[in-house]
Amino acid sequence: MFKKIWAWIQKFSSPKHFYRISGKMIPWFAVPAIVLGVYALYMGLFVAPTDYQQGESYRIIFIHVPAAWMSMFIYMVMAVSAGIGLIWQIKLADMIAAASAPIGAWFAFLALVTGSLWGKPMWGAYWVWDARLTSELILLFLYFGYMALQSAIEDQRTADKASGLLAIVGVVNIPIIHYSVEWWNTLHQGATVAKFDKPSMHIDMLIPLLLMAIAAKLFYAAIVLIRARNEVLYRERNRQWVKELVEKL
Amino acid sequence: MLKAFYHLLARDLRLAFRSRHELANPLIFFVLVVTLFPLAVSPSAEVLRVMAPGVIWVSALLSVLLSLDRLFKQDYEDGSLDQLMLSPNPLVILVLAKVCAHWLLTGLPLVLVAPLLGMFMYVPDEAVGVLMLSLLLGTPVLSLVGAIGVSLTVAVNRGGVLLSLIILPLYIPVLIFGANAVDVASDGMSVRGQMLFLGAVLALALSLAPLATAVALRITASR
Repeated sequence: MFKKIWAWIQKFSSPKHFYRISGKMIPWFAVPAIVLGVYALYMGLFVAPTDYQQGESYRIIFIHVPAAWMSMFIYMVMAVSAGIGLIWQIKLADMIAAASAPIGAWFAFLALVTGSLWGKPMWGAYWVWDARLTSELILLFLYFGYMALQSAIEDQRTADKASGLLAIVGVVNIPIIHYSVEWWNTLHQGATVAKFDKPSMHIDMLIPLLLMAIAAKLFYAAIVLIRARNEVLYRERNRQWVKELVEKL
Repeated sequence: MLKAFYHLLARDLRLAFRSRHELANPLIFFVLVVTLFPLAVSPSAEVLRVMAPGVIWVSALLSVLLSLDRLFKQDYEDGSLDQLMLSPNPLVILVLAKVCAHWLLTGLPLVLVAPLLGMFMYVPDEAVGVLMLSLLLGTPVLSLVGAIGVSLTVAVNRGGVLLSLIILPLYIPVLIFGANAVDVASDGMSVRGQMLFLGAVLALALSLAPLATAVALRITASR
């Protein structure tokens, strides 16, 4: 049984096989991501009620919150797949990790930009040293460190392993970043979604937000597959099957 | 195993004491950076007292960061790191010995010179003890976590900036709690919580960082 699963994993994770399968999978993620994203944005930006305290400017959370969630989620994905790559020597896992980093960094950047745009009318300044914005900034630095190490080491296998280890070390820091919200409580509002028993958010706002979060996850799945495919082609550029593929074009 | 630990520690200390001038450099850097702040900002006691914990801690951080280079670089270049990795002793123990030596040579002097900087920056007398204690608990973490970064970048040419990019974000929790402890102590309040946190981080780093460092060395330094 175990052997069968292992054989299946090895077959699926061979670059050539992955390239074929992932090509078929991308539309299944991309199309729902676009449909759901457009719908959730419409619901969030036009249908959801205006906030009685923050007015219209609260609507940026429909971008801001999913982006912040994704930036953390992607770091976890990156660390887990880097761990799989380190332990079981599966090259594909390393490629997924490497392909995820820039996407995660962009989500972190997006969360920072939208956060500061929201901060201008709310706090009267684009940047406030509030706990969550700060930890998001630190997360962005962690992504930069990962990408810098990945590109600084020339040998691809070594680069994968070294930056993978760095991602795992960084994950130890993520809970500390997360709980820093409670350690230094500053100007940011308290968590409004996690309290499931009595959400302090109106349901008409909550639904578009959650839909947007799902759309963001699907979007990430599509993009990471596209990036990983590029990575596969680049790394296997001297292999016969890639040459055949290129000749067909 | 203990013998190997002891011998490697003694070797690193002996090597360091043969080039004493290099030994003092991180310490001088530490004092120098702190001295820049009164010149750049203001010599007034009120301003400096507010900034003191942060300035001293950030300077300590940078000083440790700059000294990290000597942890593995020279051993990597002259090949003794390969010998260490070939030795039958567990690499984790050897890494721990090297990190211990590094801390004794850079972290401990920072702790000892801290009262002088406290005086420069008008840290109240009752907070100087806390400053030293926070550095005593915090600087070993800096050496331990730094070792991971050094081992990842040891084979990279001109890895200095890369090293700081990787390591500084990981230093942030220590910085927050170390500086905050001094700040709180200056106001005459209890720093039990901050100290317990620093102690917990030290325990965590002491148990996990050498493992990560050993794995990293096996990845990057094997030729």
